[in-house]
Amino acid sequence: MSEQETQTALPRLASSPHISDGESCTRIMLWVVAALTPVTLWSVWNMGMVAVGLLAACILSAVGTEWVWNRVAKHPQTITDGSALLTGLLLALALPPRTPLWIAVAGGIVSIGLAKMLFGGLGWNLFNPALVGRAFIAISWGGVLAEQKVPGGWFRGIDVLAPEGLDALTGATRLAIAGADMAAGGAYGFDAKAQYVPLLFMNLEGSLGEISGALLILGGFVLVARGIIDWRIPVSYIGTVAVLAWAFGVDPVFSVLAGGVLLGAFFMATDYVTSPMTPTGRLLFGCGCGLINIVARLFGPAPEATTWAILFMNGLVPLIDRLTLPRVFGWEGRRG
Amino acid sequence: MRKAGFPGGVHPPDRKEASRDEAIRRAPVPEVLVVPMSQHLGAPCAPTVEVGEHVRRGQVVGAVDAMVSAPVHSPVDGEVTAIVRVMLASGVMAQAVEITPAADQDFGSFERIPDAESVAELVRAAGIVGLGGATFPAAVKLSPPKDMRIHTVILNGCECEPYLTCDHRLMLEQPQRVVKGAEIIREAVGASRAVIAVEDNKPDAASALGAVSGADVDVHVLPTHYPQGAEKQLILAVLGKEVPHGKLPAATGALVHNVGTAAAIADAVELRRPLMERVVTVTGKVASPANLLTLLGTPAQVLVDEAGGLTGDVGRLIAGGPMTGNGLADLSIPVIKGTSGIVALPAEETPPAVCGDQPCIRCSRCVSACPMYLQPYAIGIYANRSDWDGTERYKALDCIECGCCSYACPTNRPLVQLIRRAKHALMERGAKL
Repeated sequence: MSEQETQTALPRLASSPHISDGESCTRIMLWVVAALTPVTLWSVWNMGMVAVGLLAACILSAVGTEWVWNRVAKHPQTITDGSALLTGLLLALALPPRTPLWIAVAGGIVSIGLAKMLFGGLGWNLFNPALVGRAFIAISWGGVLAEQKVPGGWFRGIDVLAPEGLDALTGATRLAIAGADMAAGGAYGFDAKAQYVPLLFMNLEGSLGEISGALLILGGFVLVARGIIDWRIPVSYIGTVAVLAWAFGVDPVFSVLAGGVLLGAFFMATDYVTSPMTPTGRLLFGCGCGLINIVARLFGPAPEATTWAILFMNGLVPLIDRLTLPRVFGWEGRRG
Repeated sequence: MRKAGFPGGVHPPDRKEASRDEAIRRAPVPEVLVVPMSQHLGAPCAPTVEVGEHVRRGQVVGAVDAMVSAPVHSPVDGEVTAIVRVMLASGVMAQAVEITPAADQDFGSFERIPDAESVAELVRAAGIVGLGGATFPAAVKLSPPKDMRIHTVILNGCECEPYLTCDHRLMLEQPQRVVKGAEIIREAVGASRAVIAVEDNKPDAASALGAVSGADVDVHVLPTHYPQGAEKQLILAVLGKEVPHGKLPAATGALVHNVGTAAAIADAVELRRPLMERVVTVTGKVASPANLLTLLGTPAQVLVDEAGGLTGDVGRLIAGGPMTGNGLADLSIPVIKGTSGIVALPAEETPPAVCGDQPCIRCSRCVSACPMYLQPYAIGIYANRSDWDGTERYKALDCIECGCCSYACPTNRPLVQLIRRAKHALMERGAKL
């Protein structure tokens, strides 16, 4: 048999199974991107070029870093698997709209370079790349995330900023105000219930993706319904935040809607690579994220509660996976 | 009431429509039959005939004195023209008796197996093995250890593998043979009832069986779910009991036989007829898919020709079903007792060729799909590093190789293939299944 014939015969000889369900990594990543599209478009619609610039900076720097890394390391190119695109998108949605673009680019480079490729690329990273990028920005340029040039009130587009009002427009986010209120008086100094509607549909404080809680929930539901993510993580995460907020005497609905909880619970904590593999482990992981998130928010000094909560729990994933190994078929106990 | 079924598993498209309405018909007698001496799990047979000898249909041509084995019979009247070595579908080389059939064949007549005291002895003499594909000698299963009482005989008519329809046609066309087999097995092991399990994508087969079954044979219709036909999963689905690790299925009081095996057992007991042929589904990218009653030792090429030849873009040739069957390099391999189908899998259904190591993205689809509740991703990672201790900790040896993990993996990691490698390595260093 000639060499060419041998080669054409080879693909036929493989061991079972000979079929697959046709799902691919790229399709999964694109489903998550699709679930984030409504909130992304809503932010672009309301913030215009500010949002476009931030999205472009994060996505291009994330994908570009992966492309360059693979080129330099002479690895097969992996940017088409969609994971770098998703990381860039998540990073952008987790940053305030007025983040200087060069800082966003630095975040994108760190997300992919430090948190993902250095660990061995897709599948090997311990920590969520987008959140590592955000944490890097938080540590390096803390003021960028804490102090925001916000338009001074709810329901007003960023583009209506009057140049002469810039000073007045430099303010804290609602959560930062809430934190200050808590520190000062032990309770929020404003009516949390009045914030539900803006937080659900039009919130121009906080980061890009926090513009609409409703659209984040919609995207999360799509992913759960499609079987892309497991309901256990967002449900246990959000449930823990709500219950503990109530226990600490804070409005539970406001606590869930404000800040990064929804984006974190549906899109960050559910990242396959950095979340547990077992059903029980996922419940534990979600509860842990929710616990750290609400405690850090109510009693911690920094506004990065969601970021640190998920990153901390990421670090526990190998342990959680080991502790929650299910019983194997036919064995008496988990350890056999 | 307990929820029927079993956890895990997958739902591949069943693709049975191509051949499910094709009545069983006899495949042509090939010019030369190559009858392997190893068509079963256990000790291979040695030829009991010599080159030049005339053999009768039903005559023993291979036998060995071992507990776990099954004799081989000539499927035709003819002449032994050679003793050769052939490659089987599994890739294993085996000794084979090459028989050139006589010009005229009377399929109705055959050399009867000798009378015997017990059903188990008749089944042993008839060379019957598990015809679902496992090819475990049926007589061994009919002689359970004395301390284990069998209360339920389960006949496996699930045929959960996509494409295959040989069991479907058998249950539909010859339900009385299947039911008779169920009754014989039930009586032989002293069980109180017999259940024939059929998946709900074969309602016609279920009603055909129901129409001829008596009071002591129940037909259970189960939701279609792969791998329901796997012994442990079937027992769980029917009885709600898990076979304990390291124990025989009989520990649950159940005995499972394939429906084709049961029909062969009925023939052996009632007609003293040895196993000489089986129904083989020939389907996929062939001109006219068919269910062919095939003499054992018929080359696969003869069946594909009978089905009109290969058409279009064939991705893989498979002996058996696409989830657990063996890939074939060519069609020269002979049909043996466990060959349930020859599937020419369309190229578009085969997963893309995996080059190099694809990453595990920890999506946990393999974990959800594993009907043994294993962590296939973890075993795969350890196996890739040849860390056999790691694979043993994650209980690689409990894997039943159903293929659900690989099927569900979005990055097409060869998970079950890696686990097989791990099992092999563990058994080489002395681990027992």
